[in-house]
Amino acid sequence: MAEKIKCVVWDLDNTLWKGILAEDHSVILKPGIKEILDVLDQRGILQSVSSKNNHEDAMKKLGEFGIQQYFLYPQISWGSKAEAINIIAEKLNISLDTFAFVDDDITEREEVRFSHPEVLLIDANDIHSILDMERLNPVSITQDAKNRRILYQSEEQRKHEEESFTGSKEEFLKTLDMKLTLSKVVPGDLNRVEELTLRTHQLNSTGYTYSYEELTRLIDSEDHLFLIAGLKDRFGDYGKIGICLLEKQEDRYTVKLLLMSCRVMNKGIGTAFLIYCIKLAQSQNKDLFAEFLHTDRNRVMYITYKMMGFEEEGEEPGDTDDDSQQVLLKYTSKHHKDFPSYLDVKAPDC
Amino acid sequence: MMDDIKQKVRSFLSKNKSTEQIKDDDDLFEKGFVDSLFSLQLIMYLEKEFRLRIKNKDINEDNFRSIDKIAETVTRLKKK
Repeated sequence: MAEKIKCVVWDLDNTLWKGILAEDHSVILKPGIKEILDVLDQRGILQSVSSKNNHEDAMKKLGEFGIQQYFLYPQISWGSKAEAINIIAEKLNISLDTFAFVDDDITEREEVRFSHPEVLLIDANDIHSILDMERLNPVSITQDAKNRRILYQSEEQRKHEEESFTGSKEEFLKTLDMKLTLSKVVPGDLNRVEELTLRTHQLNSTGYTYSYEELTRLIDSEDHLFLIAGLKDRFGDYGKIGICLLEKQEDRYTVKLLLMSCRVMNKGIGTAFLIYCIKLAQSQNKDLFAEFLHTDRNRVMYITYKMMGFEEEGEEPGDTDDDSQQVLLKYTSKHHKDFPSYLDVKAPDC
Repeated sequence: MMDDIKQKVRSFLSKNKSTEQIKDDDDLFEKGFVDSLFSLQLIMYLEKEFRLRIKNKDINEDNFRSIDKIAETVTRLKKK
């Protein structure tokens, strides 16, 4: 099944509006466009622009129409649109197979198809069916989805501030005033849990997905600790951004699933989750294990485990660089682990 | 070669962590110079800077526990 679309990139001339701005400044928005932009925004689908125009003029026009706020990292220049889409994907840190590109010009669509065959191409003549397209309808719409664009906008501010910060990365993280709350999953979290398991690929240790019924059972299970993480900082509330499922057995605890939204990459959240599990296992005198399933995307997560002191269990680990290989990791570090100094962590007592 | 690697690692560490002088044989994990967020970034940095792909079996605390050890590991992997 094709991935759900996470970002729609819009052309402007004869796509969002009728006419060509460089030739005629009195272009008008196509009918229904505002509603489409707003509905996609409410569904948690991000939007951007790739248009061949003068940047300043086009941004001014978007402002006049009152739709400027919908677009993250708009790319307006005379350069290649395939390249523009690349830049947007990098800035947002989401993969190209979750992008859609809307343009009236077949040449532009073909150029994008040539470089990025995984991008969904939409002819501007079809925009009125866009809201009904299956890939543009998320499985469920959570509060986190509705705020998604605003979250990315605060991230833009953070990045901006970090670029002008002169101290070390650690000092910068301290200035963010990050508060991480780990709490037990409650029924009201399940939509978000489901959404996170479906949307998260890079920072996902196993990629396991669970049905709603299974998730409900896990909440009540005596043999499991099912945690969800919320993160706030002085720029705003990230919402619920990660989950961890710990299976408790007689002699051992096993991390079955650990995942985090890519938005909080490089903030030490995975670290904090694992340190909590380590502390918990140690306080109960249990060995700590973690299941891991290699995919073509989640190497970062594997490195996180290994550099934290988890080693592969069982036979001599070979050069296991093949994909889709399941391994069991065991925590063996002799070092004392503590939560990172730049994170204020609240969690259930160990 | 070794000195070049050490110099680059020192500069990487000082960009990320606010610590005074780190000795080449200091245990980075023991002394808390490197937590796992930064150890992940260290691996990413080494792979990019020295054009390596560190194999799964070579990724562990021990191979990267000090500036000396990092230089040794990178040199060994470069030779392959």
